[in-house]
Amino acid sequence: MPGLEDLYREIILDHYNRPRNKGELPPPAHRTDGMNPLCGDEIAVYLVVDGTTDDSIVTDISIGGQGCSISQASASMMTTAVKGKRVSEAREIITAFKAMMGIRDQTHDQTHDQTHDQTHDHDDAEPASPAVKLGDLEALRGVVKFPVRIKCATLAWNTMGQGLDELAGA
Amino acid sequence: MTSPTIPQTATCGFVPSRVKQDFPIFDRQINGKRIVYLDSANSTQKPRQVINAMTHFIEHDYAPINRSSYRLASDATDAVEGARAKVANFIGARRPHEVIFTKNATEALNLVAHSWGRANMAAGDAILLTHMEHHANVVPWQMLQAERGIEIRWVPLTEDGQLELTNLDSLLDGVKAFSFTAISNVLGTVNPVQHLTAAAHRHGAVAIVDACQSVPHTITDVQAMGADLMAFSSHKMCGPTGLGLLWGKEALLDEMPPFLGGGSMITDVRLDGFTAAPLPDKFEAGTQPTTEAVGLGAAVDYISALGMDHIHRHETALISYAIDSLSQRFGADLTIHGPRNPEIRAAVMSFAYRNVHPHDLSQILDESNVYVRAGHHCAKPLMRTLGTGATARASFYIYNDEADVDALGDALAHVGDVFNF
Repeated sequence: MPGLEDLYREIILDHYNRPRNKGELPPPAHRTDGMNPLCGDEIAVYLVVDGTTDDSIVTDISIGGQGCSISQASASMMTTAVKGKRVSEAREIITAFKAMMGIRDQTHDQTHDQTHDQTHDHDDAEPASPAVKLGDLEALRGVVKFPVRIKCATLAWNTMGQGLDELAGA
Repeated sequence: MTSPTIPQTATCGFVPSRVKQDFPIFDRQINGKRIVYLDSANSTQKPRQVINAMTHFIEHDYAPINRSSYRLASDATDAVEGARAKVANFIGARRPHEVIFTKNATEALNLVAHSWGRANMAAGDAILLTHMEHHANVVPWQMLQAERGIEIRWVPLTEDGQLELTNLDSLLDGVKAFSFTAISNVLGTVNPVQHLTAAAHRHGAVAIVDACQSVPHTITDVQAMGADLMAFSSHKMCGPTGLGLLWGKEALLDEMPPFLGGGSMITDVRLDGFTAAPLPDKFEAGTQPTTEAVGLGAAVDYISALGMDHIHRHETALISYAIDSLSQRFGADLTIHGPRNPEIRAAVMSFAYRNVHPHDLSQILDESNVYVRAGHHCAKPLMRTLGTGATARASFYIYNDEADVDALGDALAHVGDVFNF
């Protein structure tokens, strides 16, 4: 039986109470909206990328909207993980994070439908690829023990992935 | 055969702990603790009387209804039609065939929008809804709006979550229908149904009532309500899922074209067309949920034997206790949405606790086996009016008591342990 301490880790509550990179970014930042249809949580991911290739740099990122502690903390930690990274690295972190949540993406290229993630055996989530250091994000590993909250944790990540796809196609 | 274990006489004879004994699920413990089920506005638990009636029907009486002439089929048909008659009697319908079985209340409202709506509403025609409607009474009309270009008007809300009726007459001016909920599934607001149906009729509009949250909890008399069409749900009144209900005045239902086409809903099919069957078959295409209908009949017997007046009194007392005791205990930390006056308040309580997100609240309450719903409750327009994306909601029924309210309070007191306040 998983306990609340598996979910509400101190670092998660810290990001929830003091979210990093929070708020709107003005254009030309690219805005992508994400919604959790189960609970009505709505967020926006603002991205500034200095080009359209995989080697382009995510020079700025910010999160708007509202959500529960898990979705807000996950979004906050995501921004600190990808800010200043190359687009290709950001995509690797997305894949690694979602693998930790027990989700294997079919492909990187298509728009990720948030309601149709392929979730597998949650208690047997894959370790992150050794090439990718998830760092503080490891604190969210406990979420897989609470399957209904996985969509909370992945909301920002799916939205950012969609934003990166939109920017690459622009 | 389905009478509950409750004495039916004394007004103070309603003992929730004895009602609870009729519900096998409350024998279950999770992590060694009892279940505190506070989600009955979503769906109620099922008493043994309903479970037994359904099991007995499957084991002894099951056969396809309305089609075959052998004894078993005839008996099964009688059982289902008997259930229809019980429901009709329960809501004060003039005739059993004014009660239509649907898949759920959502389908009942879709039936109305599709059948009555398409036959009676063209581009520019208007329907009046309210800001507190469930999506089931919003989206079917928006679909008609997309298809036909009809106008949708809205009754706004007051600060404390009642319908703002000051401009009702101007909103009703020229509308073809007024479709509204009898009781808000989020705020617990009890709307003045008779006043609203009378106002609709003054303007020549059809009055459609979403009664999902009222039929299980209080006496229903469709004649006194003045409704023309009314949708409600089996699984919110101790009956099984898979069955919803539409009641309508016979003349109105007779005028309406069929909704779904197929078996059972015709008297004749030719190569050049079909002739629809009379009520209720016209609206019951295909094999119907027969076992479920029998279960609903048993549910109607069960809650009727408890007494709808007793149920209503019990719930009014319980929601008053919940609002008073929890407000006193948590003060300004607890925000309770909806009207405070218990006379216009059903046993539904949406609330916010400090700034803790409803999903986090329900997660922490779950640790104590206190089950509330967190989310938008299929009422996103209302959530936007409240200025939030979601609320936590506790809703009460016949098997809940003051100890359940206290358990909710005790569980809420733990929230600060997690969020460090």
